[in-house]
Amino acid sequence: MTPSPTVRTRGTLVIDVDACKGCDLCIDSCPPGVLVMTEHETNTRGYRYPRLLAGCTGCQACSQICPDFVFQVYKYETPLELPGGPS
Amino acid sequence: MTGFVPTDRPPAAPARLVDDFTPALIDVGAHHLCPGCGEPVAMRSALEAIDELGLTRRAIAVFGIGCYTAFSNNLDVEVLQALHGRAPSVATGVKRARPDAIVFTVQGDGDMVSEGLQEVLHTAARGESVTCIMLNNGVFGETGGHMSAATVVGQRTKTSLEGRDPVLHGRPILLASLLAHVDGAAYVARGLVNSAGNVARTKKMLLRAFEAQERRAGFSFVEILTMCPTGWFIETEEAPVYLEDNLAAVHTPGVLKDEVDR
Amino acid sequence: MTDTAVPARRLLHGSEAIAEAMIAAGCRFFSGYPMTPFTEVLEHMARLLPSVGGTCMNAESELEAVGMAWGAAATGTPAATGSTGQGLSLMQESLAEITLARLPLVILDMARAQGDYYQATRGGGHGDYRHIVLAPADSAEAVTLIRLAFDLAERWRNPVLVMGDYYLAHTARSVTIPGPVDRAVPAWGLDGSSGGSGKAKLISFLGSAKQRDDVGYDLAAHYADCAAHTSTMSREVEPLAEVTGTADAEVVVVAFGTPARYVQAAVRELRSEGLAVGTVRPITLYPFPAEAVARAADGARAVAVYENNQGQMVDDVRLAVLGRAPVEFIGGLSLDSSGFGIAPDLDVRVLKERISRVAAS
Repeated sequence: MTPSPTVRTRGTLVIDVDACKGCDLCIDSCPPGVLVMTEHETNTRGYRYPRLLAGCTGCQACSQICPDFVFQVYKYETPLELPGGPS
Repeated sequence: MTGFVPTDRPPAAPARLVDDFTPALIDVGAHHLCPGCGEPVAMRSALEAIDELGLTRRAIAVFGIGCYTAFSNNLDVEVLQALHGRAPSVATGVKRARPDAIVFTVQGDGDMVSEGLQEVLHTAARGESVTCIMLNNGVFGETGGHMSAATVVGQRTKTSLEGRDPVLHGRPILLASLLAHVDGAAYVARGLVNSAGNVARTKKMLLRAFEAQERRAGFSFVEILTMCPTGWFIETEEAPVYLEDNLAAVHTPGVLKDEVDR
Repeated sequence: MTDTAVPARRLLHGSEAIAEAMIAAGCRFFSGYPMTPFTEVLEHMARLLPSVGGTCMNAESELEAVGMAWGAAATGTPAATGSTGQGLSLMQESLAEITLARLPLVILDMARAQGDYYQATRGGGHGDYRHIVLAPADSAEAVTLIRLAFDLAERWRNPVLVMGDYYLAHTARSVTIPGPVDRAVPAWGLDGSSGGSGKAKLISFLGSAKQRDDVGYDLAAHYADCAAHTSTMSREVEPLAEVTGTADAEVVVVAFGTPARYVQAAVRELRSEGLAVGTVRPITLYPFPAEAVARAADGARAVAVYENNQGQMVDDVRLAVLGRAPVEFIGGLSLDSSGFGIAPDLDVRVLKERISRVAAS
């Protein structure tokens, strides 16, 4: 049995879910592709919003492109190894 | 549900905040601009530039009329509201009365290239030490998506439903290109905000434009191509590519004139 | 000239007197576009303002002239602009919104004839707003009214229009320009310094304060505030008029501006010939001196209105008189071939004849 793969994760986000308007710009702007829009869950205003997989690099592409200032971006002092990642 | 990391609170492991929700000078982040609108992205860059250059307590923004007008409520810099097309002359009056202020305009393409073409041309010719910023999405966004003087050939709008036709509607005015030929203009650049990399490049243009004003080199101008999926009748996630393929192909990005050191 | 020296009387053309009066009143920004008979005021301001540290802009259009004055006014700098009626027509959208932005601004209308009365007193722009309007009869009075205009504009944070004309601009007369007045920069003026404070200043015709939530501007509240301000201003600004010989008058003649001097001359002659005639010369066209006109009409057999237009102020006279006496219009367009408002009818004989006809009927 092979061990579960881990993903080097250098950064993470705080996502202001209710500020999001579901525009999807962050999804395509993310270089490691670790942002995924919800499919059925919506925020209090009815918009889908992004969720984060392991593997964030803290590059700020999402926060720079987001028109609604949804993201706070953090960079870990020491990269973490987290389970899972983009499929 | 599996595989997602929590994003509802700051991380527990030691980490530093590298980008906050809003830059310092946007003290209210919520706004009613459309999903996927490029204007807040562009305005964020401008305000970050003001903040980085330490110009916060000298800045006066003169707003035109367009979707971005409502955003003037979100800023923590002094704001003077002008009429559609008329921000450059108002900015001129502000700057002449308060030469130490850093005066910049925020105007759309409908505002600046349609209604206010004369104003920006004269302000540039006079070499006024103001910085005009044009948010160019090729439409009158606030009224619902109508053809402006910057709309590109083939672009569908509510007043050019089959696409802008050169025979019926003429061709777009490429304002940054025009201004680059005006002697009074010291810095003329065209950026775009359809990717994080382009946002960073645009921010450099804004920094240089404000530097031009600081050094009284002359008129400075930054045109910023912004996404408008609503005005373009497309999905939000298609807007960055639409911008690249349609607007940026005609209103070509780059630094068109840099005589800040003259 | 020091503050303690007695200002000398000088022979000045009206345009120059107005320019000097504006600077003495504290004006430090002026913008305009050449147009007859306003042009000389612009010339004099261009010559005089730099020496007091002010700025005069020869804008590329009237629209840009009013825009520049708007920007300067928003910094708290005493600012003025002007033109003749046609040029003011171009400025109207801006003038309406400057009023809603609660900014002081002095506006000169060096009119051609007197056809700009409606434009000035009703507001030639869209929407509902009021400007205080002052109408001097000669350049000496213009000097005084210019000072008053800047005072009122500052006090009420509202535009004030001074109505002149070709005669005023081009007639030379001995005037005394008063000493300079110091105006403090108001706290609301923009200079950038409140940036980053959490309370950065906003000057907008859409609202007077930034919203702290995501609602944005509240136009309804703003317009209600402006309406309340207009109401207070309209009540508290003292209406001014020059009234002569109305106590026993059978006919009262109402006229404003430079033509009123001709009317007054005609009335003096008619008086000496035994006719009981009086005059009311409105000096504030807004607020209109309705009470002075009404009191003069009490006991009169008729009220005659002279103005060099198709009949505009006569409406306000009729409203003020409110049936106390019949109101007859004895004015009319009187122009020479230049169209600049040089009126062949401004002739004492012509005016005497028209007033006598009203008295006889």
